Amino acid sequence: MGMTMTQKILANAAGLPEVKAGQLIMAKLDLVLGNDITSPVAIKEMDKMNVDGVFDKDKIALVPDHFAPNKDIKSAEHCKCVREFARRNKITNYFEMGDMGIEHALLPEKGLTVPGDVIIGADSHTCTYGALGAFSTGVGSTDMAAGMATGEAWFKVPSAIKFNLVGKPSKWVSGKDVILHIIGMIGVDGALYRSMEFTGPGVAELSMDDRFTIANMAIEAGGKNGIFPVDEKTVSYLNEHATREYKVFEADADAVYDEEYTVDLSTLRPTVSFPHLPENTHTIDEIHEMDDIKIDQVVIGSCTNGRIDDLRIAAEVLKGRHKTPDMRLIVIPATQAIYMQAIEEGLVKIFIEAGAVVSTPTCGPCLGGYMGVLAQGERCVSTTNRNFVGRMGHVDSEVYLASPAVAAASAVTGKISCPCELGL
Amino acid sequence: MNAKGTVFKYGDNVDTDVIIPARYLNSSDPAELATHCMEDIDTEFVKKVKKGDIIVANKNFGCGSSREHAPISIKASGVSCVIAETFARIFYRNAINIGLPIIECPEAASVIEAGDEVEVNFDTGVITDITKNRSFQGQAFPEFMQKIIASEGLVNYINNNKK
Repeated sequence: MGMTMTQKILANAAGLPEVKAGQLIMAKLDLVLGNDITSPVAIKEMDKMNVDGVFDKDKIALVPDHFAPNKDIKSAEHCKCVREFARRNKITNYFEMGDMGIEHALLPEKGLTVPGDVIIGADSHTCTYGALGAFSTGVGSTDMAAGMATGEAWFKVPSAIKFNLVGKPSKWVSGKDVILHIIGMIGVDGALYRSMEFTGPGVAELSMDDRFTIANMAIEAGGKNGIFPVDEKTVSYLNEHATREYKVFEADADAVYDEEYTVDLSTLRPTVSFPHLPENTHTIDEIHEMDDIKIDQVVIGSCTNGRIDDLRIAAEVLKGRHKTPDMRLIVIPATQAIYMQAIEEGLVKIFIEAGAVVSTPTCGPCLGGYMGVLAQGERCVSTTNRNFVGRMGHVDSEVYLASPAVAAASAVTGKISCPCELGL
Repeated sequence: MNAKGTVFKYGDNVDTDVIIPARYLNSSDPAELATHCMEDIDTEFVKKVKKGDIIVANKNFGCGSSREHAPISIKASGVSCVIAETFARIFYRNAINIGLPIIECPEAASVIEAGDEVEVNFDTGVITDITKNRSFQGQAFPEFMQKIIASEGLVNYINNNKK
């Protein structure tokens, strides 16, 4: 019986000729990561273990990005704890303010995640690196601690759902619309415990940044990981970024899947997830049939949509336009390199002229931390990944998840809109 | 090993943002986290919860963020067991790793109501609703998971096994 792409990577990391869904394995880890919220808990747990330091100082990544730059004294203490741990253990890939970015945009950019890797991270969006053909999944702090100490983690080998992508997305439809459409189709637990394997001729029509966005939100369907095959676009990305050798795995032709879906990208429309679950999706055409949904804030950024493609699309919509007077428009490039590139390409000028706040990289508003917390009754269109109750602030605020194109257009009109309403 | 207590009942997709809102994640102190547990879904929870009480919910409990602070806050509020139709996978792993007993049982999740007195036998996986005088067969914990829970978490379990 053939193996899925994920199963082949896990078998390799476990040193086994083959694995089957449901099998418990111990796998070697290529990278263990944590942020300023999850790492302090992991460090505390690791201190309780009778171990002599970390398994490999080059295979751990520590990124203070959630409440960093420090939002308050307690957050500063957490960041300090991570910094001191990194120094004590001589961690190579600790990213201080000024070098840091949002972890899931930063690590691929730094070439630390490559095809065939097995990666765990104490952050649920660790599944992002599946875009590069790696197995990567989110865990908690205790698993992170055990991973840092031993370089291994146990896994239950997942079964998989296959998404056969065909067709080419139309203008203003991006990776965000693809994944929101899929989550709307299968639900927030539609892929619970399982892999989401994306394949088919439509993959070639998606940019690497689209693929990062799609893999990033596999967790929002309950998935253990999301994964893409390695193609010319992946190799071209890796030539620019990768810092080490990698191994490419492909699903066997006779691999067994629990379910298979075909998604025709050419039929997808700009899609928005309404409060308070990512599965509550509506197309822009359905939204046009509704009463106007007036909004108070737009956020463009995050590990989901803070990459250069996202900023280019937002700038294309915002160029020569201005947000509505009462709107707060917040743009957060996900890494310093993306920020610099956005400055060089003139995107930041477009944003500021459109009335946007442009911030240094941080997860800040996505999880209601800072840099754009919502008051009671406020509505936000956000390119982030979760719209749970209270996610971005007050328990009576609302988050609408959308693509950078829809978010930018909505900032201009003051209601949920697509760029086509601006004559684009 | 058993758990026994009064039930707090919740629905589908209880996410980790409502279990412990991110605005409190600038702390990692269990006792402090417990003072905000379930705050955005049930403001009465922290006022009413007693040691030994049990949370029962429907599908996909603990979805969303990987924050271990979520099971930590539940455990520190005194909850002895969480029963649900299904759990999100990161939450499941985290709960076992910190020694919070959780058990999947769709039938129990659908029948048990808020305020019921419930007892859980971890050796057999049997869940008894004393108020309704009904029993349900949940998944029993394998021995190693029972040992992790008895050790109050994976780290102590690993250390105990080394001695």
